[in-house]
Amino acid sequence: MKRTGVFVCHCGINIAGTVDVKKVTKDLSKHKGVVHAEDYVYACSDPGQNIIIDAIKEKNLDSVVVACCSPTLHETTFRNTSKSAGLNEFQCEIANIREQCSWVHKDMEKATDKAIKIAKSAVQRVRRNEPLEPISVPVTRKALVIGGGIAGIQSALDLANTGFEVILVERAPSIGGHMIQLSETFPTLDCSQCILTPKMVEVSKHPKIKLMTYSEVQDISGYVGNFKVKILKKPTYVDPDKCTLCDECTKVCPVVVPNEFDLGLTGRRAIYIPFPQAIPATFTLDIKHCPGLLPIACGKCADVCEPEAIDYDMKPEIIEEEVGAIIVATGYDLYEKERLTEYGYGKYADVLDGLQFERLLSASGPTMGKVLRPSDRKEPKEVVFIQCAGSRDPELHCAYCSKICCMYTAKHAMLYKHHVPDGQAYVFYIDIRSGGKDYEEFVQRAVEEDGVLYLRGKVSKVFEDKGKIKVWGVDTLTGKDIEIDADMVVLATATRPSKGADELAKKLKIAMDRDGFLAEAHPKLRPVESVTSGMFLAGAAQAPKDIPEAVAQASGAAAKAISILSQEKLFHAPTVAKVNVNLCTGCGMCVEVCPYDALSLKDGKVEVNEVLCEGCGTCSATCLRAAINVKNLTALQVNEMIKAALGG
Amino acid sequence: MAEEFEPKIVAFLCKWCSSAGSDLAGVSRMEYPPNVIPITVMCSGSVSPLYIFSAFNKGADGVLVSGCHPGDCHYIKGNYYARRRIALVKKLLEYVGLEPERFQMSWVSAAEGVKYTQVIKDFVQELKPLGPQKKLRRTQ
Repeated sequence: MKRTGVFVCHCGINIAGTVDVKKVTKDLSKHKGVVHAEDYVYACSDPGQNIIIDAIKEKNLDSVVVACCSPTLHETTFRNTSKSAGLNEFQCEIANIREQCSWVHKDMEKATDKAIKIAKSAVQRVRRNEPLEPISVPVTRKALVIGGGIAGIQSALDLANTGFEVILVERAPSIGGHMIQLSETFPTLDCSQCILTPKMVEVSKHPKIKLMTYSEVQDISGYVGNFKVKILKKPTYVDPDKCTLCDECTKVCPVVVPNEFDLGLTGRRAIYIPFPQAIPATFTLDIKHCPGLLPIACGKCADVCEPEAIDYDMKPEIIEEEVGAIIVATGYDLYEKERLTEYGYGKYADVLDGLQFERLLSASGPTMGKVLRPSDRKEPKEVVFIQCAGSRDPELHCAYCSKICCMYTAKHAMLYKHHVPDGQAYVFYIDIRSGGKDYEEFVQRAVEEDGVLYLRGKVSKVFEDKGKIKVWGVDTLTGKDIEIDADMVVLATATRPSKGADELAKKLKIAMDRDGFLAEAHPKLRPVESVTSGMFLAGAAQAPKDIPEAVAQASGAAAKAISILSQEKLFHAPTVAKVNVNLCTGCGMCVEVCPYDALSLKDGKVEVNEVLCEGCGTCSATCLRAAINVKNLTALQVNEMIKAALGG
Repeated sequence: MAEEFEPKIVAFLCKWCSSAGSDLAGVSRMEYPPNVIPITVMCSGSVSPLYIFSAFNKGADGVLVSGCHPGDCHYIKGNYYARRRIALVKKLLEYVGLEPERFQMSWVSAAEGVKYTQVIKDFVQELKPLGPQKKLRRTQ
């Protein structure tokens, strides 16, 4: 029989106000196996912890239950307290009698009775706890960054500049992400390419960064500190070392397809460089659109390529790497055109999305920085900007706020006025959300200096009429119907997690939220960590974000990764699954359900890889013979807890 | 007049969502009936049918299993297993004659303190007219 000590915390009046702590202490002192019970006003205070330490030593306790607040708060505190008194830290359990009891009830008698049951069930559990030692594992001191937008670039540079090797994987032919497509950035109106390209160049020249563009993470296994990654390197059919960027190949390529970089506002050839400052600076042959790799089918590009950089025999490669930490920075995409038909998006050439308008504004864009209508290349004199196109619309589209659109719409309207001073910009909005340094002032500048007309209300209809785009809406502040004969409509389209992010999340075994963005481990206290240890989140993959926020999170994620990579060894919670080989029949049902591939069959019995096991217990609920259990929360323990919870 | 029947409920809450959600209810000082004794488990997927039978056997008038929303599981897919398993257990319990209201599953995220409160309130209300559970209770 164990010698358990029970310590009941008053938490001032937080607990003692609704729970009769003296009665709880007295009742628990009579419980089987409890050799010491004591209450104290604040157990987490230094004197409170000393009481526990003294009792462990004086009464020779071998297990401790602290009835106090939620274990998410002070479990670590009291486990360390127990440890400092010479007890194994896993001999200490918490009974949550505050959040799950005193704070939610008013009737003292009933709350006290419930607190007693909660505390007794913790005592029952700890009686069968075994001493455990954290599992130690070595660390591979290398990081993988997935996504080469601004967030991924920042994380990679921070890691590399700290001295760690980094593999930066980007699925597109060049790094740069969406930021490289932007014209200017709010609220400073910095030229986006001018501030991003130095970082891109730094990535390409950094001795610690291995850049893998046109590549995708195909498979991942392992665990924090020791991941094994398989990366698919797609063939570009162009040898970057030989390519001199002479551009002769594009002149002869017979294929024209919409240019992704200009969001379809221009065309590109099947062999192309995404944009002049692309990193790596080389051409890519897009095999999906190339008429055929056999010279007999076309082969024109190879014919004109003087340095003989084009190699039709290039094959996809699988590169295997080992890394200790992973940063996921897969970014965002705009809400799909086909899902947003009510504004004529995808139907009328002069209804654009925000990124297309960025390209129109950009000095390197399809119109060389002139704002012209795609339909007839005339300068639009009336432009309507529609905010929340797909955002904040739980019935039809996305329920969430895409966050960046208020600011970029103000910027678009402002830049439009700089290009077309005699034009008029209208903005339909629900609310203006301009929280951020110098953001509110920026919006005010758009209104006051550039005469942008803000109309509070939603647009009811957008349709083409005699060369104009008619926009019907209501100004809810004046109650008046609004009708604008616009030359161009720009939609502040909702941002979505980037396409394929869900598949990647499944491969990485990291969770997503209900909107498909990657889920952080805690919304307030662990905003850059994923729920899987060793994997971190950066940028718009986690939630819609502007550039400064993405950069800040990217640096935060890098710092978190460094806190792993800088260690010699890592420790893993030892509350993992354990097999009773005498009961195990080797049926393999638990192996099937394990979300972490931590179980395997060996000689007809199940074996647990303690490093991979996260201790979820799915195996234990599946086993028909209760042959597999999570340490310190076994079926036997739960059974005893149930008994105590029901007053038995 | 006889005192109103107060059902005894055991709630298996997953650590990451529902237990955290019940903590949030506490932090937000939302009141709900004290009939439920929570047992925090790692994942709703770790709740063995045996736990449920054991609770009824030991005199529970109702049993609740609460986990992360489908798709949000901390352990990727544990709650999907829980959902399937619980559907079977529910059928089995109905088959042996237990009122279906006595056994429930809910999805409560760490942010849903209000929902947790409501789940408990509703559950207690549904159990009250049923009276004590005797079907599976071990006779003394």
